[in-house]
Amino acid sequence: MKKVALAVTLFIGALLLYAAKDFSVWGHLQSPASASPVSKHFIADTGVDTEVPNMVTAVLADYRGFDTMFETVVIFIAGIAIIAILRRTGADADSPAIQRESDVVAEPDLIVTNTVRLLIPVIQLFAFYVLAHGHVSPGGGFQGGVIMGASFILVALAWDLPKALDRLSVDRAIMLAGVGILIYAGIGLFSMLLGGEFLDYAELSHVLPVSREMARYHAMLGVEIGVAFTVTTVMFAIYANLSTRGRLEGGL
Amino acid sequence: MTGLALFNLFILVFMVVAAVISLRVKDLLTASVVFGIYSFLMCLLWAEMGAVDVAFTEAAVGAGVSAVFLVATVFNVKRSSSD
Repeated sequence: MKKVALAVTLFIGALLLYAAKDFSVWGHLQSPASASPVSKHFIADTGVDTEVPNMVTAVLADYRGFDTMFETVVIFIAGIAIIAILRRTGADADSPAIQRESDVVAEPDLIVTNTVRLLIPVIQLFAFYVLAHGHVSPGGGFQGGVIMGASFILVALAWDLPKALDRLSVDRAIMLAGVGILIYAGIGLFSMLLGGEFLDYAELSHVLPVSREMARYHAMLGVEIGVAFTVTTVMFAIYANLSTRGRLEGGL
Repeated sequence: MTGLALFNLFILVFMVVAAVISLRVKDLLTASVVFGIYSFLMCLLWAEMGAVDVAFTEAAVGAGVSAVFLVATVFNVKRSSSD
């Protein structure tokens, strides 16, 4: 059986390598990615339409805002699903066969905790920078949210999970994840109420004292903040449940 | 061969090695750490190709948080894989 699997894998690998030579040269002007009229439109008009220097963010949060909104929903659902599965199965199937060293209660290490104490403000500030500068430089809600969530995970790793849960309980995390999606969809709905289409941020210029282009610029920051809320809290909720099989006590 | 092509080749070879190791190794903790290394090499490759946003996401999600998730899971299952 293993030999058959190996043969199939090798065959498919060879097929993929054979197909790979049909790819255009990287960065070639005539490659489909560069030659398509859509790319030309984005490259030429993103700065004019939205005043956003980072094209990637403009495509992600504005031109394809609907797509990104449901990406955020997917993250939310993934978090909910992991928690639901672990709460049901993890707590029951508690086999005593697996003994962990961490079951012995140990004092948090002095050096580790003090290093983390110094690091966490820097990490969180960087997360805010990545989030706020998402439309100027690489970054945005997803990356900033993950970095922010990682800082909470770091608290749980350096001390223990209860200390991190004191700062952000799983229930509150899930609630805030929903708030993030509400922020995103709310901005979309609000622009609909102002006479545009769903997620047509330009209409926000009716209430903001800025031009239609700058309204799109600022609304993009708004939806990125929504994404960051969801990603931060879902990352932490997933970690808290994964590391304790849904029991939320002890920890690694 | 220019410096950049050499750099790419170096990273690609290391990526293949990391991928094979993380699949073949018996100890699951080693596998998750090597998988994190694979993600980080992938991130370097994205950055080199000019896709900085993708590289950033790969560094944060792939090499950072998902490696932590894998390690957290390994601590709650048996350490060694059966095959």
